[in-house]
Order: sequence, then structure tokens, then C-alpha cells
Amino acid sequence: MVSRYIANTPDEQKRMLGVIGAASLEELLVKIPAKARLARPLGLTPALAETDLIRHVTALAARNADADSHVCFMGAGSYDHYVPSPINHMISRGEFFTAYTPYQPEASQGTLRSIYEYQTMIAELTGMDVANASIYDGASSLAEAALMAHAVTERGEIVLSRAVNPLYKRVTATYCEGPSLRLRDVGAPDGVTDLAAAKKVVGPKTAALVVQTPNFYGCLEDVAAAAEIAHAAGALMVVVADPVNLGVLEGPGKLGADIVVGEGQGLGVPMSFGGPNLGVFAAKNELVRRMPGRLVGATVDRDGRRGFVLTLQTREQHIRRAKATSNICTNVALCALMATIYLATLGRDGLVRVGALSTAKAHYAAQRLGAVPGVSLRFAAPFFKEFALKLPKPPERVVSRLAKQGFLAGVPLKTFERSLADCLLVAVTEKRTKTEIDAFAVALEKAVA
Amino acid sequence: MADAYDKLIFELSSPGRVAWSLAEADVPEADARTLLPEKYLRRAAPELPEVSEFDIVRHYSRLSRMNYGVDTHFYPLGSCTMKYNPRLNEDMARLAGFARLHPHAAEALAQGALQLMHELARDLAEIAGMDAVSLQPAAGAQGELAGVLMIRAYHLSRGEKRTKVLVPDSAHGTNPASTALAGYEVVEVKSLPNGEVDVDALARTLGPDVAAFMITVPNTLGMFEPRIVEITEMCHATGVQVYMDGANLNAILGITRPGDLGFDVCHFNLHKTFTTPHGGGGPGSGPVGVKAHLEPFLPVPVITKDGDAYALDWKRPKSIGKLQAFWGNFGMLVRAYTYIRTMGPEGLRSVSDNAILNANYIMKRLEKDYDVAVPGPCMHECVVSARRQKKLGVTATDIAKRLLDLGFYAPSTYFPMIVEEALMIEPTETEAKETLDQFCDAMIQIAREAETNPAVIHEAPVTTPVRRLDQTRAAREPNLRWTRRA
Repeated sequence: MVSRYIANTPDEQKRMLGVIGAASLEELLVKIPAKARLARPLGLTPALAETDLIRHVTALAARNADADSHVCFMGAGSYDHYVPSPINHMISRGEFFTAYTPYQPEASQGTLRSIYEYQTMIAELTGMDVANASIYDGASSLAEAALMAHAVTERGEIVLSRAVNPLYKRVTATYCEGPSLRLRDVGAPDGVTDLAAAKKVVGPKTAALVVQTPNFYGCLEDVAAAAEIAHAAGALMVVVADPVNLGVLEGPGKLGADIVVGEGQGLGVPMSFGGPNLGVFAAKNELVRRMPGRLVGATVDRDGRRGFVLTLQTREQHIRRAKATSNICTNVALCALMATIYLATLGRDGLVRVGALSTAKAHYAAQRLGAVPGVSLRFAAPFFKEFALKLPKPPERVVSRLAKQGFLAGVPLKTFERSLADCLLVAVTEKRTKTEIDAFAVALEKAVA
Repeated sequence: MADAYDKLIFELSSPGRVAWSLAEADVPEADARTLLPEKYLRRAAPELPEVSEFDIVRHYSRLSRMNYGVDTHFYPLGSCTMKYNPRLNEDMARLAGFARLHPHAAEALAQGALQLMHELARDLAEIAGMDAVSLQPAAGAQGELAGVLMIRAYHLSRGEKRTKVLVPDSAHGTNPASTALAGYEVVEVKSLPNGEVDVDALARTLGPDVAAFMITVPNTLGMFEPRIVEITEMCHATGVQVYMDGANLNAILGITRPGDLGFDVCHFNLHKTFTTPHGGGGPGSGPVGVKAHLEPFLPVPVITKDGDAYALDWKRPKSIGKLQAFWGNFGMLVRAYTYIRTMGPEGLRSVSDNAILNANYIMKRLEKDYDVAVPGPCMHECVVSARRQKKLGVTATDIAKRLLDLGFYAPSTYFPMIVEEALMIEPTETEAKETLDQFCDAMIQIAREAETNPAVIHEAPVTTPVRRLDQTRAAREPNLRWTRRA
């Protein structure tokens, strides 16, 4: 059996066994009890040659309706934003993508420096003091924020707006199972969190109040007002925000957030059917020793040269074990590198432009689509790049019809919120053109007629 | 110094430079300030660099050259399985039908992706001898959390409230951390001096208050646990579930299977065994496999197949819930799938055979100059101790730093914690004999230097972009973001 991923030839194997003093490979397995041995080959598909495998996998890929073959108006946590070309080229350098966690900092300065840049950019955008090196995705970042708020306040309740991404809420619930934290809801009947209701729910048991802005329905939340409610009760304010919007929208840290989490996929990370993503996590300085995940800090070497290391590691599982602030080890460093290169490429003006174009095109689309007979905007609240449309026909059917016309029309809301079963969530990024939006409106009109 | 470059991207900034390309607005109203109420808007533009596209490419190219990676250096980091990352996997993951697929694409519009996931889950189940696999966990630690939560839900469903989980003192730090996160009291079980489970001590610890025993096989000393079948049977006799940390799965492909050894749960690290790249610290992927009795508790959604149609099944009332917003680190799943299809059953078996051969070869070649932690044969990695060198004032850290100068990344150091001055070496099957020889020569040279010229070791590294770094200062005066100097 010859494999292109295994170097040793039969002759080399023989010579190595000679050095070891074993007669065969089998002799090296003596410690495995015979009854535990697998007596047959694994029942897997036989090996495929490269060209055959390419044909097979390419055929699988071709069965999916992707954002190249279709015009994408889908969002709900994953967006078709502009990805500048250098990102893929840079992250494909073997020195980046075949390295691991920088345990030997002297031989990992490239990764460490890029993470330090990343932490700086995320802290800047979110308006926070410090950002970590990443969590898995927006949902697990929120879950970690809930655990951290519990640890900081020693309180057992997390209050979440119903306009927070429902999938994030499910992940948070999973993480809160062990420490038995109670999750409580605050409604958002008009598309934004009912802050009067929040004031009643948030109290002395509340570890954190969580809102998302723009929220799951695309509407903007009054973070400053929410933060006042949280702080008045001695709770932490946790805000879920999409960093790609923060060229235009105010950083939640400036509005009173104690922890900002979010999904950074929009920062140059491919949608890739939902993963890998980029969990953003940022906090106030005074909370840094309670933060989950890795942190990179600047220091100096023996000769006084600037260098970077993993720091404050006594929070982490490899040192603190059962008492660590989180169980996270491997995070999503390469996605953080994509985001770093993205933000370096867009720079201060480009990111503002992305946000401005997204919101402008979304508002144009909302007006065009909302004017289709039988279709209306579900909520009146100010929105950013995403909005819910109320349709006269079942959204699932509309989506499947429009797919045949080449449009990924949006995300039906039925599975997330039963009361919105007639709604479709539509996202419009800076990549969409007026021509595409106009054609989408025409196709929607036919699909709901 | 190999490279004197010392810039951060912010320090390249020159006001007015651009690296982006965005079209002018083609819709009538393009001013966010008239579209959105003032109170939501950012008051000061974000302080991000202003650089050219070429600045970006040169800067990140230069940064990359400050790293050692598998592509450029032998990277024997024990327990991390730093094998070659096939380029074909990268090509497949970047196909538009995968990379540009939206996670909420209707099932009918994502059949290829769902088929791939369904087949990968089936393949992983076969490899591990498990009945069902969830691909959702984002990394090994999240797979552990999922596994322990399923065990918890299982006990609770039977009306049993067990409060403790047993973890050997040789375990990866994530094991106790994940277990504690799942709400359990972690009880550390002492290992025998040779790293094996102290079966008698374990027997005394098992009881009706114990939910699970969590163990790595082969263990973190690179040894197969000879009494493992007896151990899992013993656990089951007291209603204790047995969890296998799959970090070392690269040692046993096609040789033995966790399910056949009696394990109820195990996780996989696709970024170790199945060649998805380590990315400088992720993304990984940590699918979790279970026996049939735990299947109802799997994370939602589960990918199902009915005839030729694939779907996401959310109607699973006993599920522990969700771990990620979406379905798993799909891009990594494409890579692992491609790898498994490249290797086939014989190829995967050969992976483990050669990983074991390479590790034993290294152990043999180093046994005169270093103290081997446990006599061989070992499995896919070996642990040696620098205790002899320490008497000469040379620690495992010193050896690691000297290796950097000699052109190798370092083994894992000070792990497992039960071995003094541990150096944990995992060569993987993708390395050739001559590389192993060069590495062993370097290790032997360092052992000689410890005796004759320890200064050269204490000075190391001198060929890297920076020399030894002041960790204490970094922790005492945390500097976690760049700021413009006034």
C-alpha cells in the first residue's frame, strides 16, 4: 500500500525496525490485548485517486445553491460580504496555516503579532479595552460571556432579549446547563427589546442583561438605555454586535457594554455552510482576569527587543484545569487572521464605506420589496442591513420558487419565532447591486402573486 | 537574527492610503446619517490602519516568515499530531459550492453538503466503533463538553443523580475543565509510575456517585492502556460511563476501536488525526461519537437520510441542545472527508502503523541520552525526561529553545505533568526517516552540549526573530493592544 502522504518505503521501514530491534510492525503492538484488536479492515470506501476524488467532491459541491451561482439575500448570522483577494493568499502561506498554538513564542512571532493586531482592532471597533484571541463563533462567545458574568457577579440568572439570535440562545442554554444558570426572556414584540419589560425582569439575581444590535430581526437596539437598566441592578451589560457594522454604528463599549461578543464572519471569513466562524469577545479592563480564551501581550526579549507572548495563562485550562475560566483550548486563530487582514485592508474609511453601502442598499431594497403588492415590512423600528418582510404566501415556498430564479431570497422566520411564521428575513450587503435588487423585487412579485 | 522586521500593521499606516475596492453607491440615498437616527451612529471613525494592498501582502508575508510551521519545520509537538496538511483538502474546501454556501440554505438547496456530512459522520462512527456521531463541536474541548453533557443527560433520564467525574492526573487540561463546566466535581485519579491507570485505586473510587471516567487512549505517555477492556467493564458494572479523549486516535486507526474497547463516548480531533490544518491555533473540529444508548442526547440538529434525501432533524426532545450557532466547522469537515476518501481503509491503517514506527524509532535513538519515561514499545508518540540534563542545569525548556536554533520546532514540554522535565515527541507518519534522524542527531547533540557547553543552550534561541521573552513582565503589566504613542 503506497500513499502519497506517508514517506517511509518498505525498505526504510525494515531498516527502522532493525534499529528498534523489532521483527515487524506487528511486534510494536504487543501492548494491545488481542481481544481488543480489530480483526477486519475498516468498512470504508476504498481509496480514490486524486482526479477521481476531485470529480466526486466537486459533484457534491455542485449540488448546493451557493452565493456564486445565486444572488444572496440571506443573513440571520452569516453574510455575503466583500472578501478582498489578499486574505486567502496570505492565510494560505504554510507558515501561518500549518503552525499551531504559539507555545514557543520565539518561533511563532508571526501568529502572535497578528493576534495582537487582531485584539487591537476588535477592541477599537467594539469600543472596549481588551479583546481575546477568539472563541469558536458568535454563539459560543455569548455562552462564554454568560458564564463570565455569572463568575464575576456570583449571580445565577441571565436575561436575554427575545431579539437575540435564537440559535445563540440555544447554545447559551447548553453552556448554562452545568452551572444551572437560569435564562430569562424579555420580549421584543415590535422588533426591538421591550425595555420597560426588561426593567421588571432584571433584578438582584441578574448576572447579565443581553441584547443584540442590530438584533436578529435587523433592528437597532437602544444599548445605552439597556445598559442603564443592567447597571442599576448591579448586572453586567452584554451586547452581541457584528463587528463589520461598527464602521458606521457606535461601538457598544461607548454605550455602556461591559462585554461585547459577536460573530466576526463578515470580516472576510467565508460563509462555508456556517463554519468555521469567528467568535469575537471583548471586555472592560477590570474583567480581563476573568476572560475566557487566549490573550497575546507585548513584552521584550533578552536583548530588549519587542516581542509577543501568550499571557495571563493562569486563567486557562492547561494550567488551572478544573478551575479555568473556560475549557477552550484551540480557538479559531486562522479566522482571526482573516479578520485582521480584512480590517487592515478596509482600514478606517473602507469599513465605514462597507457599512454605509450595506445600510443604503438595505433601505433601498426594503422600500422596493415592501412596495410589492401583498408584501410589507414587518417592523417599523430603525434597521441596519437586514429586515423582516411579511409575505402573503408561505416564506418557505417563496424561497424555493425564487431559488429557481437564481435568488437566495432570505431566511424564513417560522422555525425561530412561531408568531413570525409569515415572515422572511432579508439581508442586503454592500455586494448587492441596484440591478440585482430590482430584479429580486420583480421576481418576488411573481412569486407571491 | 533571521529577520529583523519589527512592524505592526498600524505602524505602516499613512493617511489616505487604501487597499480596498468598493463600487460607488448605485442607489439613490447612500448617507447612513440620513437613513439612521444619530444616536446609533459612531462618533469617531475607527482607528484602523490606512495602507496599500501591497503593504498588506508584504507585511503579512513577513510576519509569516517569523513562524515555524509544519511546512517549513519538523514540528514534533506531542499530542497535537502535526502532520502534513494535504493541499487537495484546501482546494476542495474552497469550492464555491461549499465555501460560498449559506448555513441557512434550505435543505433541498444544500443536499451535497448534507450528504458529505452524513457520510463523514458514518465514516467516523466506523473508525471509532461508535453508533452515531455529531459533527457539531468546534474543537476537541467542545466535543468533550458535548460528551460529558450527554452522559449527564443520560444519567438524569434514568433518574440517577451522579456528581463526580474521574480524570487521571495525566490528562489534558481540557478534560477537567470541560467536566467542571458540565457541572461535575472532578476527582483526579493517580496514575501508576508508568502512566497506566491504577486499576485497584480506580476500583475503590468507582461508585454510585460517579458519572463517568474520562481517559485518553493511548495515554499521554504514548502507551496503550493494557487493561483498558477490564477498566471499561469495571466502570459499566457500577453504572459509570466511559469517555475516551480521542486526541491520540492517530495511533489506532484500523488497529482497535474505542467502541470495541467498551467506550460509550469519544471525540475526534479532525485537526489532528484527519489532517485539517492547525491554523496557528484553530479552527479545529471536534466531532463526538456515542453508543446507541446515548444517541437520543446528541446535539441538534442531526443529519438524517431518507432514501436519497438528506435533512436536518431538530425534533429530538432529549437532545443536550446546540453547541455552535450552525452545524459544525463545515470547512474542516470537507477537508477531513477528502482525506478519508484519499486514504481508504488500508491507507488509514498504514497511517497508524507508520506513526507508531516513527515514534518508536525516535525513542530508540534517544534512549541512551535521555531518560525514557516508560519503556517501549510506544504508540504514536514517546515521552522522554530531561531529568539527567536538569542535573547539569539544562531544563526541558532550555532543550526546546535550543531545538529552535537547530531548525526544529519543540516537542510539548512539561506535559504530561506526571513526568519530570517531560519532552513529549510526536513525529507523525508523514515524516521521513531522514528527518527523524536529523532531529535525533540534534537531540543527541544537545545532550552532549549539556555536558560540555551548556552556555550555548542557555543562550538559545539566537536564530529566531526574537530571543527568550519576558513572560513575567507580560503578565504583570499586561499590554494587550497597540496604542499610538503621543
